Amino acid sequence: MDILDILFSAAFWAATVRIASPLIFATLGELLCERAGVLNLGIEGIMVAGAFAGWIAVWAGLPLWGGVAVAFLVGAMLGGVHSVLSVPFGLSQHVVGIGMTLLATSLTFYMYRVILPEVSSPPKITAFQPLDIPVLSDIPFFGAALFSQTALTYLAFLLAAVMAYVLYRTPLGLAVRAAGERPEAVATQGLSVTAIRMGAVIVGSGLMAIGGAFLTLSAFDSFFFEMVNGRGWICIALVVFGAWRPGKAVLGALLFAAFDAFQIRLQQTPMGAFLPYQFFLMMPYILSILALIVMSRRADVPAALMVPFNKGER
Amino acid sequence: MTRDTISRRSFLTTTAAGAVAVGTLGKAGRALAAGPLKVAGIYTVPVEQQWVSRIHIAALAAQDRGDIAYVYSENTANTDYPRVMREYAEMGYDLIVGEIFGAEAEAREVVADYPNVAFLMGSSFKEDPALPNLSVFDNYIQDASYLSGIIAGAMSETGNIGMVGGFPIPEVNRLMHAFIAGAKEMNPDLTVQVSFIGSWFDPPKAKETAFAMIENGADMLYAERFGVSDAAKEKGILAIGNVIDTQPDYPDTVVASAIWHFEPTLDAAIAAVKAGTFTAADYGTYSFMKEGGCSLAPYGTFEGKIPQAALDLVAARAAAIKDGSFTVEINDEEPKSS
Repeated sequence: MDILDILFSAAFWAATVRIASPLIFATLGELLCERAGVLNLGIEGIMVAGAFAGWIAVWAGLPLWGGVAVAFLVGAMLGGVHSVLSVPFGLSQHVVGIGMTLLATSLTFYMYRVILPEVSSPPKITAFQPLDIPVLSDIPFFGAALFSQTALTYLAFLLAAVMAYVLYRTPLGLAVRAAGERPEAVATQGLSVTAIRMGAVIVGSGLMAIGGAFLTLSAFDSFFFEMVNGRGWICIALVVFGAWRPGKAVLGALLFAAFDAFQIRLQQTPMGAFLPYQFFLMMPYILSILALIVMSRRADVPAALMVPFNKGER
Repeated sequence: MTRDTISRRSFLTTTAAGAVAVGTLGKAGRALAAGPLKVAGIYTVPVEQQWVSRIHIAALAAQDRGDIAYVYSENTANTDYPRVMREYAEMGYDLIVGEIFGAEAEAREVVADYPNVAFLMGSSFKEDPALPNLSVFDNYIQDASYLSGIIAGAMSETGNIGMVGGFPIPEVNRLMHAFIAGAKEMNPDLTVQVSFIGSWFDPPKAKETAFAMIENGADMLYAERFGVSDAAKEKGILAIGNVIDTQPDYPDTVVASAIWHFEPTLDAAIAAVKAGTFTAADYGTYSFMKEGGCSLAPYGTFEGKIPQAALDLVAARAAAIKDGSFTVEINDEEPKSS
């Protein structure tokens, strides 16, 4: 297989969309938090917790969408803890976030062992299956690439559209964006910056958890420790890459996923015979960093990102 | 079985799970502690995960026989590993079993500090005469991997086999080479695709890598990592399991599995400690087939579906391996696609 064959195969693009899906959920979640002014470094741990919660809920008998809901709720609860510490208490968002990641990861193992004290291997569930969208999936090439994905993937793209609409076309979105830019203006309007920021962190964390749950409910059908494997940190970078805009963030996730799907296939071309495998594994990260450098030059960082707001303080 | 609250990372886990264990599993614990050898296991992953599960099962079996009293810490981070070793050593354990692949140098410092404690550790390096209380082991199951390769070579119709590994470390490399050697016995013109995903537990990534190999013509996968067999199942092609028998999870697609038996390794170490003869040694050979350290899993659902020529060769080579007239080459180099 040579490079052009790879780029023109529907399977490559299908893999790109598949790999991007969990990143899209988590990136949108992080984006929501940061738009309201809160950096949420709990993302990696929240994804682990979501991956576990969604899977164990389905294993316990809930339907798949029930698992997605449980993941969202668990993420929202962890987001609740984060938001209390970071918003009304105004603690260092770096410390709170890293702390949340450690807490969520450890708590997940704790729950895992309490629920499954003795198993020979983590049980499997029946995951989301690819769903062919009528008519669209029959389009040559694009059908196989884009419209034979699982329901959760379609939800990821739908969510990006909804988030873009809410952020830019509704009063709520305006309030969220203002809370991250000029919180005092929000307060002047009689709105509670604290409530808006906490709400954004809670909902955003829920979305991150769905991103984690994608790994156990769609990409795979069981839960393993370390399976989130740094995807959360990638999403932090994708938010910057996307200049805090949902559409661009989705584009960034797709780009990263395309690099990843590409390197996997490139390893089997003649290049794989003389380049060390680490070079291929590095590719998505290096190319993303390069893209980040180009894209972030015109990025508008939310002005009040990581700035705690105390009502009445000047 | 008792569980100890050793690792900070698993502190919460073990205390709560310990409460569960007292109810369900505690019966074998303290009562036996006077006679049997006190053995502690320290693992970097949960005990049900593939490689470590083989050690854990062997230790539980030894405990059931009354030879040892066994406790363990699981999910211990490599950065915490030396500290946990030290704590068990301080607590007076006779034999500490585990894996120091990710903490080789630091772990050896701990070993040097506790000359009266025997350490039996999975390691990429050899034993060191300067550290007489450290023996190393690894899963040298190339014999079984070779036999599973014979079956894979016979069952692959395209002659294109995909292999997805975690990292190219010696234990992974040598099993891949043995597998390829076996497959080439049946099909000398075989092509292999080899990839490493740079992670031990990222099944979605392993699965994506396997998908790419299937697109590229593979109709047989060597499932070194979780996720690979899932890709095979989804695409309706065959796979070979590694270290554990995975056929129960994939009855229609996993043809055979090369499985590791840690019992000979552990039992030899227990006997050596009891006899006072434990010294720096490489226990790797106890994983060889002639020691009972590895085997092919039963064919199960593929009984009768494997070509007779392959079965005959497997039987002949297994006998030759056991009587010493055939040796599977141990090659720790990183395998490449062909």
